[in-house]
Amino acid sequence: MRPMRLEQLLKSTNEWVQAEGPQNRIVLSSRVRMARNLRQFAFPGWAKKAERQRALELMRPIVEGLPEMADCFSELMDNIAAIDKQSLVERHLISREHAVKNVGSGVVVSASGVISVMINEEDHLRMQAIHAGFQVKEAFNLIDRVDTELEKLLEYAFSPRLGYLTACPTNVGTGMRASAMVHLPGMVLSDQINQIIQAVNKLGLAVRGLYGEGTEALGNMFQVSNQTTLGEREADIIERLNKVVLQIIEHEESARLTLLEKKPKLIYDHVGRAYGILTNAHTVASKEALNLLSLLRLGVDLELLPAATRAVVDELFMLAQPAHVQKFAARKLITEERDILRADLIRGRLAVMPKPKIGRVPPQTRGNDPIE
Amino acid sequence: MQCDNCKKAEATVHLTQIVDGKVLKIDLCEACAKESGVQDAAGFSLADLLVGLGAGDEIKTEGPGARCPACGLTQADFKKTGRLGCATCWETFAAGLAPLLKAMHKGDHHIGKVPTRAAHTLIISENIRQLSEELEKAVHTEKYEEAAVLRDKIRELETKLEVASATQKTA
Repeated sequence: MRPMRLEQLLKSTNEWVQAEGPQNRIVLSSRVRMARNLRQFAFPGWAKKAERQRALELMRPIVEGLPEMADCFSELMDNIAAIDKQSLVERHLISREHAVKNVGSGVVVSASGVISVMINEEDHLRMQAIHAGFQVKEAFNLIDRVDTELEKLLEYAFSPRLGYLTACPTNVGTGMRASAMVHLPGMVLSDQINQIIQAVNKLGLAVRGLYGEGTEALGNMFQVSNQTTLGEREADIIERLNKVVLQIIEHEESARLTLLEKKPKLIYDHVGRAYGILTNAHTVASKEALNLLSLLRLGVDLELLPAATRAVVDELFMLAQPAHVQKFAARKLITEERDILRADLIRGRLAVMPKPKIGRVPPQTRGNDPIE
Repeated sequence: MQCDNCKKAEATVHLTQIVDGKVLKIDLCEACAKESGVQDAAGFSLADLLVGLGAGDEIKTEGPGARCPACGLTQADFKKTGRLGCATCWETFAAGLAPLLKAMHKGDHHIGKVPTRAAHTLIISENIRQLSEELEKAVHTEKYEEAAVLRDKIRELETKLEVASATQKTA
C-alpha cells in the first residue's frame, strides 16, 4: 500500500467539490455518517488513555484494510498540525470536535476524499460518505457498505431494542445522520428562510447555517439533516430527507424566479456588486468573501455569469476559509495579512470571469441551458 | 419561573421546539441561555440541550448513587457531559433513559439495520426469551411435563448461544 500524504490530500480538490453533481444549482453536497462503537471498550470520551489507545490500535488497521481505502490517507491526530486539522474541517473530512483530539484518536480518508472515518471521536467510529450534488441515497449506499464490511471484523455495541449504542442518546438507534448542504440565496433575499426552517423542523429535520456561528448563516449555505435516529428505518429517514430537499429545491427556484420578475434590479445590484468587489478588492475577510461568493453563485445559476464558472466559485468557497488561505501562504499569518492574501487569491481566480450579462435574461428561464 | 439549568435565577428565555408533533420546552435564565448558545435559533436543537441539562434529572429510578458496573460512570457524570461511558451504561441507566429517548426520538425501539454477526445471536436470545415466558406460564398452570420440555430446549439454546458468542469474540 502506498499511503497518501496529507499534502496530497489537501492539495487535490476533493471529489465533492470538483464533481458536477445532480441538482448542483442548489445542492452542493450530500453526506451520510454512521456512529458505531465497540462492545468491549469504554466510549472514547470516558475511556482512560490506555484503553482508548488499545481501541485505536485495533480499529485503525482494519479501517485501512477496507477495499475502499486503497491508497488512503491515514494518520494519528497527534501527528497532524493544528492548521492541517482546520483544513480537514473546512473540507468536511473531520468534525470540529475531532480537530481538537490528540493522542488516542486517528483519521482515515479515502484517496478521493469521498469516505472518511474518524477513530475515537465521540464514538469509536464515525464514518461518512460525501458526494457532490444531490446524492443522499448514493452516499447512504456507500457508507452502508463500508459499515457492513467493518461489522464482519469488529464487534459492535448493539442492542436488539435500542440498536447501535452511542455515547450520546441523540444518536442511538441507527447512529445515522444524513444531510444535504443547500445554497438558498433566493429564500434569504426574499425573507422566506425562517418560515422554511420552521416548516422543515416540524418534519423532524434540522436546518443549520453551515458557516459562521450564532444566527448568521454565512454564504447562504445551510445544512438539512435528520434530527432523530431511533424508531425509524434508515431507508425511511433517507427517503424523508430526499423529499424535503426536493421541496426546498422547488421553493428556492420559485423564490429566485419571483425575485427576478418582481425585483430584477435588486438581483442585478447584488450580483453586480459582488462581482465588482471580489474582482477589485485588495483585502477581504472570510465572512464577506463567503457572502459575496454566494451572490456570484446565484449569478451563475441565473445565467448572468457563464455556467462554467460555478466550479471556480465553489472551489473559492473552500479556499477562502481561514486555514486554506493560511496554508496557501505556507506560513502563519495575522488576520490582516490573511485578508489581503484571500483577496489576491479570489481576484486571481476570477480574472477569467466576464462581467455579469445584466438584463438579457428572460424571467421564466430556469433550465440548465445556457442563453446565448 | 425558575431556570431549568441552574435552578436559581429567574427564567427569562423560554424555548419551544416542535419536532414530529412533540413539543419540547425549556426555560432558562439569561446567563445559562447565553452559556448554552441557545439564542442562536439556527444552531441548536432542543434535543441536544435536553441531554446536557435535564438528562441527569430524568435518571431518577436508579438513585443518585447509581454507577455503571462496567465502566464506573455515575449519574452525576452523565449529567455533566450528557454522554454515556460504555455499552453497559445503556443497561445500567435504562429505566431513566427511556423517557429521555421518548422525548427526543420518533419511537422507543430500533427497527433499522442489524449487524449480521449480531443477528445470529439475537435470534437465539429472542427465542430463549420467548421460551422462558412459555416456561413460566407452564409452571404457573402446573403443566410440568410441558415445562420440562421447554427447559431442555432453553438449555440447548443457551449452549448454542455461548458457542456463538465465543466464536464471535475470537473471530
